[in-house]
Amino acid sequence: MSAQTVNVGVPPAPKPIGEPDLPERRKRNRLPYLLLAPTLLWLIIFFVVPIFTSVSASVQEGSLDQGYALTWRWANFSDGWSQYNGQFGRSLLFAFLCTVFCLLMGYPLAYFIAFKGGRWKTLLMALVIVPSFTSFLIRTIAWKTILSDNGVVVHVLNDLHVLNFTSAIGFTVGNHVLASPAAVVCGMVYNFLPFTVLPLYTSLEKIDPRLHEAGADLYCSPLTTWRRVTLPLSMPGVVGGTLLTFIPAVGDYVNAQLLGNPNTLVIGQSIEHEFLQDSTGYPLASALSVILMAATLAIVLLYVKKAGTEDLL
Amino acid sequence: MSALTASTDAAASLAPTDRASGKAPAARTSRRRGPLDWVRAHALATTAVLIFVFLLAPNVVMFVMSFNAPVGKYNYIWHQFSTDAWRHPCQVGDICQHMGLSLEIGVVAMIASTILGTMAAFAMSRHRFRARPAVNVLLFLPMAAPEIIMGATLLTLFFSTIGSGSMGFWTIVIGHIMFCLSYVVVTVKSRLAGLDPTLEKAAQDLYATPRQTFLKVTLPLVAPGIAAAALLSFALSVDDYIVTKYTAGDQITFPLYVYGAVQRSVPTQIDVIGSMMMLVTMTGIAGMLVLGRLRARRR
Repeated sequence: MSAQTVNVGVPPAPKPIGEPDLPERRKRNRLPYLLLAPTLLWLIIFFVVPIFTSVSASVQEGSLDQGYALTWRWANFSDGWSQYNGQFGRSLLFAFLCTVFCLLMGYPLAYFIAFKGGRWKTLLMALVIVPSFTSFLIRTIAWKTILSDNGVVVHVLNDLHVLNFTSAIGFTVGNHVLASPAAVVCGMVYNFLPFTVLPLYTSLEKIDPRLHEAGADLYCSPLTTWRRVTLPLSMPGVVGGTLLTFIPAVGDYVNAQLLGNPNTLVIGQSIEHEFLQDSTGYPLASALSVILMAATLAIVLLYVKKAGTEDLL
Repeated sequence: MSALTASTDAAASLAPTDRASGKAPAARTSRRRGPLDWVRAHALATTAVLIFVFLLAPNVVMFVMSFNAPVGKYNYIWHQFSTDAWRHPCQVGDICQHMGLSLEIGVVAMIASTILGTMAAFAMSRHRFRARPAVNVLLFLPMAAPEIIMGATLLTLFFSTIGSGSMGFWTIVIGHIMFCLSYVVVTVKSRLAGLDPTLEKAAQDLYATPRQTFLKVTLPLVAPGIAAAALLSFALSVDDYIVTKYTAGDQITFPLYVYGAVQRSVPTQIDVIGSMMMLVTMTGIAGMLVLGRLRARRR
């Protein structure tokens, strides 16, 4: 749950230099494999193999009653894309907006806790995690109360004429906040904000606060100090936090289901519908999840490459 | 909240940059300070407070709404104070059976993933071996995959091997162990990385066998990390919706019940059980903190 989480990819794994290759040493080398065997087996059987079964399922044909046969029907992919490209686009857009808002809110929060938290640091970080002490579904339902038509939020936004503007750009519907893209993004930001804050906090916390003083001594304004010193040093946290937010956000559909409307359907809802409600949807749903998997992987790799921190993955 | 403002005041007085180095401090102090100036001086703290309100509001709302007597089937709008739901939390449907199923799955998944993950964490942090980089990637991937991918791919595995009819308790447990493992490995590994290696060396200097060193020195030192990993995997399991949905067959865990309830009716009891979960975890953590402090004082 920290920047380290993202950092586990390629460790330096230095080989002990000049160590004698004794038979006793070789015997001891079997121990790590024995300790790892159950976990590795579990992950291979229940994480890696399923990827292959779902790729295989995505080129099958048939129905629930007659069974499915592997017919290499690649058309499942083009069918899935042409039928659900809107949902794909919406999933990516919502995940993107969610990541941006999480960063805009998470950075000041993490910065405040890391540099101004003083001896309350631990308590404040605990407050970030407190919400997750209870079911995220119930908390998402609580947003229905907060954003309801006779709630404070809607009244204030209405009085400030914010809703007129957001409705004009299609982000809310009429004088309501619920059942709109805005509500979905709000729920997503709420759910994933801790995932942005935790890595940001770990990388900000490592920065020596005396660097700020040094910046001030060298006639930097606080803003310039932040831009030239703090921000570059906190980049690993920014990249880690955005990844930890974007990746689960792409696949999330609970917020779209509970806070959205029929016009905010995302790909997760389509996959669930095809898998669990449509008796012939099994191959199509598999194709959709394979597309989603490939798209997420491509975006993440591209981002990590662009962000210039290839050692992260 | 008072603690929070106090700490920001202290922090503000520690940061003299913009005040002391300003060219016209006299002009600044001579101007009357309105509430807006206060906000400007504490912009960061104000933002942080607002974000905390955003983060904590749903929990507060949930707790308040657990004392509501709603009109109709949906407990969304405040109507009247009532403790009915708290006195009869199991009254609606099979809500407590669903919670019981979730807790059972959580315990099994917690025990299995903590044991397997701790073994793997020891292997990863204490040994250098050829396949280590590859293993690292494999351990990292489940954390980086969207949940729906894990759920959907697991569904195809179970569907093509045991068929949809045999899915239920154990397939849910298998899925939960799968996504908990990586978190356990990361948590225990970071605790192991923070250990002072000289302590184990000291034990060996005092003629402890490797077994004794492990049981009497290493394990007690790593125990908090293992406990944290166990709690984390329990929490992840009990709260999971997406992977559960795809592996559940006809079983209904608490999250599946809540998700379905939004289509039918949202009874106050849902908020009551949510509040109970929150209170139990908060007292648990507070108790652990107090215990830790007491133990530290005794030393």
